[in-house]
Amino acid sequence: MARLIWLCLKCIMLYSTVQAVFEDQVGKFDWRQQYVGKVRFSHFDSHVQSSKKVLVATENNVFASLNTRTGELFWRHVDKTGPEGNIDALLQHGQDAVLVVGNGRLLRSWEINIGGLNWEIVLDSGSFQSACLVGQQDTVKHVAVLKKTIISLHYLSNGHQKWIENLPESETVDYQAVYSGGNGEVYALGVVPHSHIAIVAYSLEDGEIIKQISVEAPWLSNIQASCSVIDQGVLTCVDSATVSLYMLDLHLQSQMTQIPLQVLFPFSSPYLPHFLCVNAFFHSRPPLSEFLLQLGPEHHLLLQLNNGHIVTLRDFKPAMLVSFATTGEKTVAAVMSPKNKTACSINLFSGETGRRLLDTTLIFNLDPNGGKPEKLYVQAFLKKDDSVGYRVIVQTEDHTLTFIQQPGRVMWTREEALSDVVTMEMVDLPLTGTQAELEGEFGKKADGLMSMVLKRLSSQLILLQAWIAHLWKLFYDARKPRSQVKNDVTIENLSRDEFNLQKMMVMVTASGKLFGIDSKTGSILWRHYLNNIPSNPAFKLMVQRTTAHFPHPPQCTLLIKDKDTGLATLHVFNPIFGKKSHISPPPLPQPILQSLILPLMDQDYAKVLLLVDDQYKVSAFPSTKNVLQQLQEMASSIFFYLIDSSQGRLSGYRLRTDLSTELIWEVVVPTEVQRIVSVKGKRPNEHVHSQGRVMGDRSVLYKYLNPNLLAVVLESTDLHQERSFVGILLIDGVTGRIIHEAVQRKARGPVHVVHSENWVVYEYWSTKSRRNEFSVIELYEGMELYNSTVFSSLDRPHAPQVLQQSYIFPSSISTMEATLTEKGITSRHLLIGLPSGGILSLPKMFLDPRRPEIVTEQSREENLIPYAPELLIRTEWFINYNQTVSRVRGIYTAPSGLESTCLVVAYGLDIYQTRVYPSKQFDVLKDDYDYMLISSVLLALFFATMISKRLAEVKLLNRAWR
Amino acid sequence: MARPLPFKIAVVSSVLFIVCTNFVCCNNGRKVGDVMDTEFSGFSVPLEHSFEVDDVAKFRVRGALVLKAGREPSVSLTQSQLSEEDRTKLKDVAAVDGLYRVRVPRVFLQADRQTERQMEGYLTAFVRACAMVESHLSDVISLHTDVSGYLIGVSIVTLPGACRGTEVEDEVDLEVFNTTLSIMAPVNAPGPETALFLERMEMESEKKGKNPQEQKSFFAKYWYLILGGAIFLMVTNSAQPPAGGGREQS
Repeated sequence: MARLIWLCLKCIMLYSTVQAVFEDQVGKFDWRQQYVGKVRFSHFDSHVQSSKKVLVATENNVFASLNTRTGELFWRHVDKTGPEGNIDALLQHGQDAVLVVGNGRLLRSWEINIGGLNWEIVLDSGSFQSACLVGQQDTVKHVAVLKKTIISLHYLSNGHQKWIENLPESETVDYQAVYSGGNGEVYALGVVPHSHIAIVAYSLEDGEIIKQISVEAPWLSNIQASCSVIDQGVLTCVDSATVSLYMLDLHLQSQMTQIPLQVLFPFSSPYLPHFLCVNAFFHSRPPLSEFLLQLGPEHHLLLQLNNGHIVTLRDFKPAMLVSFATTGEKTVAAVMSPKNKTACSINLFSGETGRRLLDTTLIFNLDPNGGKPEKLYVQAFLKKDDSVGYRVIVQTEDHTLTFIQQPGRVMWTREEALSDVVTMEMVDLPLTGTQAELEGEFGKKADGLMSMVLKRLSSQLILLQAWIAHLWKLFYDARKPRSQVKNDVTIENLSRDEFNLQKMMVMVTASGKLFGIDSKTGSILWRHYLNNIPSNPAFKLMVQRTTAHFPHPPQCTLLIKDKDTGLATLHVFNPIFGKKSHISPPPLPQPILQSLILPLMDQDYAKVLLLVDDQYKVSAFPSTKNVLQQLQEMASSIFFYLIDSSQGRLSGYRLRTDLSTELIWEVVVPTEVQRIVSVKGKRPNEHVHSQGRVMGDRSVLYKYLNPNLLAVVLESTDLHQERSFVGILLIDGVTGRIIHEAVQRKARGPVHVVHSENWVVYEYWSTKSRRNEFSVIELYEGMELYNSTVFSSLDRPHAPQVLQQSYIFPSSISTMEATLTEKGITSRHLLIGLPSGGILSLPKMFLDPRRPEIVTEQSREENLIPYAPELLIRTEWFINYNQTVSRVRGIYTAPSGLESTCLVVAYGLDIYQTRVYPSKQFDVLKDDYDYMLISSVLLALFFATMISKRLAEVKLLNRAWR
Repeated sequence: MARPLPFKIAVVSSVLFIVCTNFVCCNNGRKVGDVMDTEFSGFSVPLEHSFEVDDVAKFRVRGALVLKAGREPSVSLTQSQLSEEDRTKLKDVAAVDGLYRVRVPRVFLQADRQTERQMEGYLTAFVRACAMVESHLSDVISLHTDVSGYLIGVSIVTLPGACRGTEVEDEVDLEVFNTTLSIMAPVNAPGPETALFLERMEMESEKKGKNPQEQKSFFAKYWYLILGGAIFLMVTNSAQPPAGGGREQS
């Protein structure tokens, strides 16, 4: 019986540690946004008139279908990252979409309605060149794939290979395009640069070579860039050197005819013309007889091949973007031309005549904080009166997709730049106007008692007024059903909530677009595109001034560094409104090696940012007199470190009063053996509540809390599984003292590290046991503190005690971060992003090197879990339940105003925001807390006391009378 | 150094830890002779120091480190006394809160030939000069090597480490270095301890096996409770259960 009770108790214990969300809490504290990335191919589903799908294949190897009404995803398929999952081509026929993936490794067919996979086949090896659908008498049954040396034909219905043929003379001829006109022949077009074009015609039936011709073309080097097939198999090329068109009928001729462009259309432009969007190679239906030529950056020409003669239909100037679309029998060209500085207009032109169609103007407003339009995708449809209507998707430089309907109504926008977030910060929201009013009172100089009293009274009145308004709104909203209550967050009504749970997420994306996102709802409140981003940038975002210093606006600084040249620029902005600050950042002519933000503040409460250039000179931002004076006073206690991973050199510098630096320590790791992979310091805003740990015998084991400690991860250059290793160096960043040096033998990266408090947790791949392992290092000062009042790296002679333990982890991981709370009282959890898309909240308790192998009374007293070599993944530890976060790359944690609560943002392809409570909500009443019960009990008790008091009095009186 | 309980645990958890820590604590003078005797693999590199009032490093030889390669590298130091001039200079540097720096050349311990041992560059470290003075030149220098035997870092601390501003009157205190020297190779980090854990599990299951009472299954142990519960349920469910059926089931 006792065991049964024990079992029950165990169950209860287990359930009490469960931290899952309740069903009604889904989406209450968390949100997820799914992205696809920068669009590479896009097709409107046009086989059904009323279809509202658009297919997109992106540079992030995602294939997805978007709802054109709302912009939401119907379905999405995320392939492998890197070249393995690269989408080379997208062909669409009816309900099927055929994709060539991974440089021609796979051929896949998707059903576009539900996004199911029809079939997938592995293609023969060889680098992919081109693919096209092959039709015969208006029915498309095959798809042809051209590779470097082979051409193969596959059935569209099941992917089976019909035939595969070697390309003749593939060593010399560079085959680049495949074309089929629908007459039972498949043409492979190749070029010998600056010599001739090789055309091979294969029979559709059995892959036999029907004919093989070579045509002189000494001016041609790349078919795909300068040629296209128009009309009934007329290969048309443009030669930019002689400014002329060359034409060749694939079926009949063997000689190219030259037509100088100046004859067709007299123009003068230094720009060399090239072909544009005829997409004949990728089309199933017979190609159009119209085509577009680009003559200048904003100059396009619509031409038509009419009975063997080229006719100029229309000249578009200025025209930024042009695109063809067909619906039914009609072909239209959509042309985007600049209207004024803030808007563009899009017009439709008839493909047959080149005439402008009436009532087809569409206004596209350029976002001043966005990029320039880059691509135009047009969906044309026939209206009831047989006229052509259309909608467009405009893709801009900042990877934004905007879907516009006539006459310029923006249906939706997708900020695809958010699929590639590089770094982020969370900034507290400002106070409301009334709160700020009250605060502002203290900042001002006193000007007489009476006026102060009046001011105070007036501000109290304003507060009262606001409170009544708030109550009224609450009362008003309470009567409405819950779903109707709208809480639209706009930049105007942003204000801090009671517990500071709502914050502004400032996200920096790889494309150079910055976003301000409300953490509660996920709505984008501001965006700002930086258009001078270098091609290989590194970003570092720093908060220089928080919102706590009213009336000074908060200030963030983004350091943008070109990784190739090392040159950097600063972008200073207000993180709440996204506006560029009026403070002009200093010009940085020298490459920047290191940046550090000091706790020093100038008179305007902006933290000082120090930048170290390659001459080891330091510049400060802001660099007012006040700051420079403070720096001079503090100089001898400002140290910084530099790491040169190419030479394996870690060096420490001290600031001098004249803002030059001196080298004070140097550690050199030989690069022949190992390389420095990552360096992790501690987060500056981290608080540690308890200095030590109480042991079983009531003594205290003090933590070694060195804020300057760096964890340096080394990986061996030798990757042989017996000799490879992962090294961990714990170095003091001020003195360069190596505190601890550990090596994990037979281990390999990628290593993920979290460094916090007095511990370092890292994860690696064990080549010996072929599994992922976690290791934890904890540092302790011992039973007594050396100097309990202040920590100085210069005065800690004793080396700390180092404890280490390792565990097996059953999954590989993508990223790792530790929770962070306001005061550091709450126990810590590790947040682990898994490749499966789950985010695991693993209690740090399980990664504790003091976990005993043999349980003793003392360890039980200390609540240590007995050692088990394997860390289990419990499903209830997933904080994102079924909200998979694809390709999670980073996790950001921020403390909230509640000690129990930590805000978490996971970003990768998707963005997911939630709250975690590592020690559960010990400082919050539950949602379903019974206020009624407690107040009625209180009231009842109160009345009972009153009544009994009265009764007692009566009794006493009666007794006195007796 | 107080290290009672955690050290015990460390001992249990990793034997390798101790085996591979090359903790050689040697006072100068005593061990020097030993190295001289067994000269065959030891080699010497200069230990240099610098302390200048204007803080521009000018390194001078402080002593010679004799390094002995091998499976467990060891190190010893011979150093001369501080001259009168240096003593006053050190005190001057301490007065302006200057730095006392040391440096050793980068070397590769495991190489056989002298030419292969020396590499370009130095490893430097520092303490505050005042700490050096106030500790009466008692410093702890440790040399760190990497996995393959390259010297990667040097660190220096003084004991006691603080600068309290106490005057060192006696010049004699600043004459002789009292150096504790050690060379440290990286510690082998422990892997997951599966063997011990499995052993413990086995022992536990054996213990269970010995006690037949414990081994009984849940139903075997509590059959009477379950039966009673079932009968109770049946009785409450139907007021008059068919007598035969009831008996059959029980």
